[in-house]
Amino acid sequence: MRFYAICVYLFLYIPIGVIALFSFNAGRHASQLQGFSTKWYGKALSNPFVMDALETSLIVAFCSALFASVFGTMAAVALQGIRGPVRVAFDMLIYVAVMIPGIVIGIATLIGLVTVFDQLNPLIAAIWPDGFKPPKLRMGIGSLIAAHTMFLMALVVIIVRARLAGMDRALTEASSDLYATPLGTFRQVTLPMIFPAILAGFLLSFTFSFDDFIIAFFVAGSETTLPIYVFSSIRRGVTPEINAIGTMVMGVSLLLLISAQLLLQRGRQKSR
Amino acid sequence: MTQRTHNWLLLAPAGTWFLVMLIIPLIVVFIFSFGERAPSGGVVLAFSFEQYANLPARWAAFKNTMTLAPIGTLSALLIAYPLAYFLAVKANPRWKTILLVLVIVPFWTSILIRSYAWIFLLGGRGIPALLEWVGIEGLRLINTPFAVLVGIIYGYLPLMVFPIFVSLDKLDKRLLEASSDLGAKPWKTFLQVTLPLSIPGIATGCMLVFILLMGEYLIPALLGGGKVFFVGNALVDLFLQSRNWAYGSAVAVTLVVVMLITVTIYMRLISRLGASREDVSIM
Repeated sequence: MRFYAICVYLFLYIPIGVIALFSFNAGRHASQLQGFSTKWYGKALSNPFVMDALETSLIVAFCSALFASVFGTMAAVALQGIRGPVRVAFDMLIYVAVMIPGIVIGIATLIGLVTVFDQLNPLIAAIWPDGFKPPKLRMGIGSLIAAHTMFLMALVVIIVRARLAGMDRALTEASSDLYATPLGTFRQVTLPMIFPAILAGFLLSFTFSFDDFIIAFFVAGSETTLPIYVFSSIRRGVTPEINAIGTMVMGVSLLLLISAQLLLQRGRQKSR
Repeated sequence: MTQRTHNWLLLAPAGTWFLVMLIIPLIVVFIFSFGERAPSGGVVLAFSFEQYANLPARWAAFKNTMTLAPIGTLSALLIAYPLAYFLAVKANPRWKTILLVLVIVPFWTSILIRSYAWIFLLGGRGIPALLEWVGIEGLRLINTPFAVLVGIIYGYLPLMVFPIFVSLDKLDKRLLEASSDLGAKPWKTFLQVTLPLSIPGIATGCMLVFILLMGEYLIPALLGGGKVFFVGNALVDLFLQSRNWAYGSAVAVTLVVVMLITVTIYMRLISRLGASREDVSIM
């Protein structure tokens, strides 16, 4: 039994380990282990395409995680005090956002936005003052952030709600009995209690957005995110440079995930 | 300001966002699926079932998805169950949490990089090169259904382990002791006590994995090499390469409908299974 478990762990971690190992390999191929070198990291980090893609990915991940945690938290707090059809409708929205395959979300966002933009662009051009070039709405960083925010919001609502449900109601009641305004109660009682969950939601959202390929593939327009860059270079052939990028991406994700996990656990202990 | 308007204001941004970025786009897909392809590449709105009538042209993608998704789910289950059992029942409680986290963490990291790792391993200079060295030659692993299956199991194993672990962990260990005290052999205890009580976990795990597999694109794209393709690959082709939006929308709507139907049937089966179990346990 234990032997079996060890085998499964090896199955889970050997492939990741091999990528990390070969990212430090001086040779080009798996069959040639030729000593330690960090040259592939240097190569990846000095590649302008990689850096551009990285910048796009970081901007998108940061903005969508921020929007998602702010709006998601607001919604989660409001949903606590709401019953009836609005609540049911919102639960449905979150369910749909989580259940619909990412690829369908990507497609829907693409054709939905392109259709709306096609209607709006002539309108904007018509009302724009003569002599100036009218702005053109198109797919890009904006649509990426909007699409990521949408499905990450569902995630944040789920996480923050779980935290709110675990909270002692007597605390907020005591606060309002002591004449705190609703805003005061929120700022001084609720927010400190749910803050670890919000932060964990932010970190998870950041990782998800940063790692997302399939939605970005449809809505990125002419922009390239890091996963899109990696995908298209894999298609051109396996290079040690991808090993280095992959190892860095995995490293950053692991760091963020572990922080999120610790935050959630600490939050849980605090409430006991 | 009353509490009520307060709540409305708090809900407004998220609600609007869901409406604009999820509900309206999904409705557009639905409407487009009844349209016709415009000569310029867009969609001419219509009310025709032409696109749906054309679905058999992509039959292979549906067939591949509906065979490899269940096979992948079942294989992941068979590999995940003993591990979940080990973690919940046999593992040292001190190490339990950390071992569980170690299983789940890979799932939250980039599936792209993890699938890439298998291109590296199964590709010509990976495992086949090693096998050649020990004398097995000419074995082709990458770009086969086998490679896609390995990628699927690798990608979704963590998602299967977690719910099974939860259901086994909740299980009252005294039941197992009672069963063996009453003279049941270990395998009989497993079949008659442990396994039935872990069915909710198995059901959840299988459903999660199966739903995600139905919309899979990356694993077949990277490890199937264009020979093993899923509905997801057909969708990418229709929207990003041949730009046939009307037909693509019909394929997407069909995928979601097939998914919903499968999940509903599956839930019915599971609840019936659960009900019959209860009858047995009452007897």
